[in-house]
Amino acid sequence: MSAAEAAHDRGKIQRAWLLSAPALVILGLAAVGPLIIVVVYSFLPPGKYGNVEWGFSLDAWRGILYTYDIFSDIYVLADAHLSIFWRSVKLSLQTTGFTFLVGFPTAWFIATRPPKARALWLFLITIPFWTNLLIRTFAINEIIRIEGFLNTVLIGLGIIETPLDMLLTDGAVFVGMTYVYLPLMVLPLFASIDRFDMRLLEAGYDLYASRWQVLWRIIVPIVKPGIIAGSILVFVPSLGAYVTPRILGGGKNMMIGNFIELQFGQGRNWPLGASLSVTLLAIVTAALLVYVRFANRDASHER
Amino acid sequence: MNTVFQSYALFPHLTVAENIGFGLKMLGKPAAEVKTRTAEMLALVKLEAMAKRKTAQLSGGQQQRVALARALAPQPKVLLLDEPLSALDYKLRKDMQIELKRLQTETGITFVFVTHDQEEALTMSDRIGVMSAGKLQQVGSPRDIYTRPVNRFVASFIGETNFLSAKREAGGVRLVTGDLVEVASTGPLGQGVTLTIRPEQLRLEAADAPGALTGTIANLVYFGTDTHCHVTTADGSEIMARLQSAASGEIGLAIGQRVALRFQPGAAQVLED
Repeated sequence: MSAAEAAHDRGKIQRAWLLSAPALVILGLAAVGPLIIVVVYSFLPPGKYGNVEWGFSLDAWRGILYTYDIFSDIYVLADAHLSIFWRSVKLSLQTTGFTFLVGFPTAWFIATRPPKARALWLFLITIPFWTNLLIRTFAINEIIRIEGFLNTVLIGLGIIETPLDMLLTDGAVFVGMTYVYLPLMVLPLFASIDRFDMRLLEAGYDLYASRWQVLWRIIVPIVKPGIIAGSILVFVPSLGAYVTPRILGGGKNMMIGNFIELQFGQGRNWPLGASLSVTLLAIVTAALLVYVRFANRDASHER
Repeated sequence: MNTVFQSYALFPHLTVAENIGFGLKMLGKPAAEVKTRTAEMLALVKLEAMAKRKTAQLSGGQQQRVALARALAPQPKVLLLDEPLSALDYKLRKDMQIELKRLQTETGITFVFVTHDQEEALTMSDRIGVMSAGKLQQVGSPRDIYTRPVNRFVASFIGETNFLSAKREAGGVRLVTGDLVEVASTGPLGQGVTLTIRPEQLRLEAADAPGALTGTIANLVYFGTDTHCHVTTADGSEIMARLQSAASGEIGLAIGQRVALRFQPGAAQVLED
């Protein structure tokens, strides 16, 4: 390669960088910037009326697991915080698991329709996205509250006598999140199943596999990328869910998202909110790493 | 019974060895047996070096061999091959035909080979069943099917042939052109029949030879080893004769020339209409 050509190539690469610079700058400022601010805030002492004061403090990080007991002047393990973490992880896992159980047959059903009908079914799946999340959540509220649709119908049919108190429970949050995030599971699963070669089923049966074996040994391993994508898409927003637990769970059945909001609002403890946010990010990252590692190991070591 | 699919339908998430062992595993065979049998199969189809590869990394011919090994591994009594070679190019196809024949002899398993390629059917099989519209038209050895087709469909499907309308008379059939062909045929006299004769059974002679079917050469197509000579008879029907190229060169045939078509009495066959 001549010097002129090398210079030309260098110029090309420089121009490419220059062209993508605006996007990179926006990405850098919008993604990394706030994150840095949050991390910095988590090491500052809280201001009296919200905001922060300049100084250095680890109180916010300690505050994640411990609360300061003013009477005995020691730090005690904060059970309430732990139960919020636990509820968040549990509800997110349940939501992910259940959306998969419901979403997989749904995606399979859509993927095995004739092409024309398939478009219609996919369209129907995306309809909930047309409405604001808040409104959809209130709709569920309307259905399950004490004077709501479900109780009215059940009492009207004589199945129950006293209305069921379903609102403001973990169950209500679970139902709400399952409803809200189901399309996020169905769509990647559909994309994956759509590419699946149905002739492999025939080959599986020909080689003496039972229906169950065909499902676990052929279909699931092949559509696994869709399962992983769907699970991540459901699990991550579930863990940080705010609106759904707020409306359907109330103040008692808080999840991490509500807990963080509390610190920035009534709690007036911005550093704790910041450290909790970083913790949430860490939990999500760790969960994803474990999950992806697990999924890959499974694929390469099967049998 | 196991099947080799037209699309191969290999499992993309499994290696070559795992594909081959799949059937045995599903049958609940012990791991050691699966392993030895898989190794045997890999050796049989000469893919030992590819055992750990994923099937997507193989060529078409190799995938074909994996599909074969996978179907043969559970040692079925009958192996169904559903147009297994249709996806391969001509050269590979010829190689695989020989390979299949070898595998069949080595394993001693009955192969049921579905194909649309009549040449493939003739060269590969011991017995052919010709099917049309879901019905078995004729079953027999390749020679039987080719030389004594039972009906018009079989005659035209397997190999090229000429059809001539004729009427059954005493001692033979009379063609539309008026010529009487001496051929064995049983049935009511005067009945309309079809006379079929393979192109390679026809010889061309000078037009003035007596008692022969005559016509004009409409076209000559050179195929290398032989030349196809299309002759239009007096009634306008076209007959194709396949002549060895050297011979046609000697005769010095030309388009427009009047010729006589001759064949051995046993070569022609009468088909009921």
